[in-house]
Amino acid sequence: MSGKFDVAIVGGGVVGCAIARELSRYQLKVAVLERAADVARGTSGKNSGVVHTGINVPADSVKGKYNVAGAQFFEQYCADLDVPFDRCGKVIVALGESELPDLEALKAKGEAIGVQQLEIIDRDTLKKMEPNIEGAGALNVPTAAIACPYTLNIALAESAAAGGVEFMLNTQVLDINGEQGSFDLETPNGTVSADLIVNSAGLFADKVARMVGVTRWRIWPCRGEYLILDRSKGDMINSMVYPVPPKGGAGLGIHITPTTDGNIILGPSADYTNDGDDVRTTAKVRRQLLAEATEFLPGISPRDVITAYSGMRPKLVPSSVGGFGDFVVEEVPEAPGVMQLVGIESPGLTAAPAIAEEVSRWTRERLPAKKNLNFKKTWSSVRRTREEELGVIDELVAEDPGYGEIMCRCEMITRREIVDSINNELNATSLNAIKYRSRATMGRCQGGFCGPRIVDLLIKHGGAPESLTLNGGGSWMFMGSTEDLRAERKAQRARAK
Amino acid sequence: MAGPELVDVAVIGGGPAGLAAAAEAKGAGAGRVVMLERDERVGGILPQQIHDGFGTKVFKEALTGPEYSAIYEARVNERGVETWLKTTVTELSRDRVLTVRSDRGIQTIKAGAVVLAMGCRERTRGAIGTAGTRPAGVYTAGAVQYYMNVSNLAVGRKVVILGSGDIGLIMARRMILEGAEVVCVAEILPQPSGIAGNIVRCLEDFDIPLYLNTTVVEIHGKERVTGVTLAEVGPKMGERKGTRRFIECDTLLLSVGLIPETELAIDLGLSMSPATNGAIVDESFHTSAPGIFSCGNVLQVHDVVDYATLEAEKTGIAAAKWAMTGKLPDSKINISAGAGLRYILPATISGEDAIDFTTRPWKEEHDKSVVFKSGGEVLRRLKMPHMEPAGMIRVRVGKGRFRHVVNNEITVEVED
Repeated sequence: MSGKFDVAIVGGGVVGCAIARELSRYQLKVAVLERAADVARGTSGKNSGVVHTGINVPADSVKGKYNVAGAQFFEQYCADLDVPFDRCGKVIVALGESELPDLEALKAKGEAIGVQQLEIIDRDTLKKMEPNIEGAGALNVPTAAIACPYTLNIALAESAAAGGVEFMLNTQVLDINGEQGSFDLETPNGTVSADLIVNSAGLFADKVARMVGVTRWRIWPCRGEYLILDRSKGDMINSMVYPVPPKGGAGLGIHITPTTDGNIILGPSADYTNDGDDVRTTAKVRRQLLAEATEFLPGISPRDVITAYSGMRPKLVPSSVGGFGDFVVEEVPEAPGVMQLVGIESPGLTAAPAIAEEVSRWTRERLPAKKNLNFKKTWSSVRRTREEELGVIDELVAEDPGYGEIMCRCEMITRREIVDSINNELNATSLNAIKYRSRATMGRCQGGFCGPRIVDLLIKHGGAPESLTLNGGGSWMFMGSTEDLRAERKAQRARAK
Repeated sequence: MAGPELVDVAVIGGGPAGLAAAAEAKGAGAGRVVMLERDERVGGILPQQIHDGFGTKVFKEALTGPEYSAIYEARVNERGVETWLKTTVTELSRDRVLTVRSDRGIQTIKAGAVVLAMGCRERTRGAIGTAGTRPAGVYTAGAVQYYMNVSNLAVGRKVVILGSGDIGLIMARRMILEGAEVVCVAEILPQPSGIAGNIVRCLEDFDIPLYLNTTVVEIHGKERVTGVTLAEVGPKMGERKGTRRFIECDTLLLSVGLIPETELAIDLGLSMSPATNGAIVDESFHTSAPGIFSCGNVLQVHDVVDYATLEAEKTGIAAAKWAMTGKLPDSKINISAGAGLRYILPATISGEDAIDFTTRPWKEEHDKSVVFKSGGEVLRRLKMPHMEPAGMIRVRVGKGRFRHVVNNEITVEVED
């Protein structure tokens, strides 16, 4: 793989893919280089999926600017890309009377940045809004919303790919040589040349910056663990339930968040780690998440947890300093021709559309380009059918019987949705590529039933068993056929003799 | 969407319980019996269970899973049960209208009686909360059984098994026979979860160590499993300090319990048993909703398929009788589990027929008795040379014994 591009985007997270989509509006040659086997595999795929209002960030910050701008057109953005979005609102709950003054302070902060309809509500009003939630009062933030973060990330990437952007998966950037107008990005798959570079490498943005001679940043990965609750508990809350943010903490505190798929997620914790890939989950945090969430929502139990996962925040502030760290969205003098996007933690999802517009403007100042007539204004990654009316399902089945055959019973995902996920626009081939596009295996049985059937389908579509992976790279699913295993053992015994 | 299909008995699920219930409903004279199966074949997990040992109670011989399944598949076909494959029930109402989805589209069915026979699913890593990374190589035992026996795929070379459920034990042997190395089986409880016979035939015969009071506290490996950390647990399931040890492996196989797939039952608002996680039923396997019956693993998790079959056959006959007459024996005698037993099923009986009760003890017991009592008097005492939580106990009590029931209450307990 090699080639000459106008712009090379390093990192296929939501920011990188939003930029790719914005640039696909123009006749530019754009490549996205992603080290993982699919997009949305880092911070962007594993977060709370919250479209923030801006209430938690200073009005005069870079974070504040892009958060507020991004939030404004997020709903339309999701509609264009067929991404689940729900303006479910948020309550920031004071557990005891002593936290009530903090709500007033938050309200003032929110109003300063222009958040509308903020209202302090008392215990009774909170109880009416959220009968299962305990609290002395709350700040009601009705404009807060949720969206499916990985569906958005994938839809941005696929629509960009369909519009002509080249996606290079399994392509880690190892080094960068050259200068503006003639950069060479070295990867295990060959050299990629580009006039301009966008550093949207998330947890590894400091390393990419160093490749172009910028040493001023260091990313401090901060892990956040989550628990997902069974969908049968999904209607216990109507809106997001947040605590009063812990002072000087790394995050907004452990919150109870509905997802657009009808689950509830608990989390995230905040633990600094040296390794941006260390997305383990721990027994200690599991207990802590359940204990803290149960204070607000006493009706949940450990038996409701279907699984746990971790996300990772790319923080620019170490734990020893703590508190607020701002986004970097700029081209710095040491490296002309490189747009640096560093420290894009929360609210990065909300900010992504606005950051993408800014980077598009920056690009076109340097490389004026005509409109791309092949730009995909709207996109649907996989036609979902779970929430469809029965009549519509009948029409779909008439078109393809695969729309009638439910393979993932827990999440009601059909064979057709899985086939569409297999035949994705990015040619991502892992089992997780199918999971994150179709939702199959995300339910309470975690793929116990449909997992083997999806593997059968993949093999039928030409995948060799030993090439199937969970997540690309060395995450092999099968060493081969049972015959291969027996032959290997036989040879081993012969050698031992 | 056409009008509803009118059927006498609709059976949800085409595994061993669904097959037996459908065959007997038809055999008992129900006009139209429809069995709804989500998979592309019937038999549930029997087709992937290629070891033998099925049918020793019903047929007095040891059959393989596919053989056992084939007998009942032939039976439902001969008797004229309609089998709808690749069909998922998406909704069920209390007036027994089913909404189903298949490659034919959406259909509705109005049934005289409904048998819930959806079986169970395996408990997962997420449900038991095993900490660590999330690499490839962590599988549930049933999924591996499908991969190996149906798809001929080898999931790994060096295996640790967590949980000593029967499928896990059977897969330990299977993986050895297919050329894999099984390092050990770890069981968090002080006793095995699988039946004693499987411990001997699947572990001891192959020199696979079983570590009791031991669990996996961490999974290692970023891309593929590279090992697990085992630790011993104390009486309250807390980790014992200083007992951690790393075991190198590329595969972790989970056999940590089965959960009845009761979502349709819960949506209906049926009365459920916290002990079995299944519906509460009377002697006809009739649930709290009129005309809705339940049997097999969705009712209570069985360890021997023959018992699921026998239970389902009775359920099918009762469902047919209800569909045709709207009448079943009035179950007014309450049965409750007393000392030593986790539950007793059925919850109520009429006293007009002999009953096969099923129950499980809390712990392993030797030379004890299961005693049925009413008003302080013993109705029936059954000697039990050996009882274990892993083995369901099935005991028959003749109808004559129920003549002496006082206040419609029977208690069942373990005594010396």
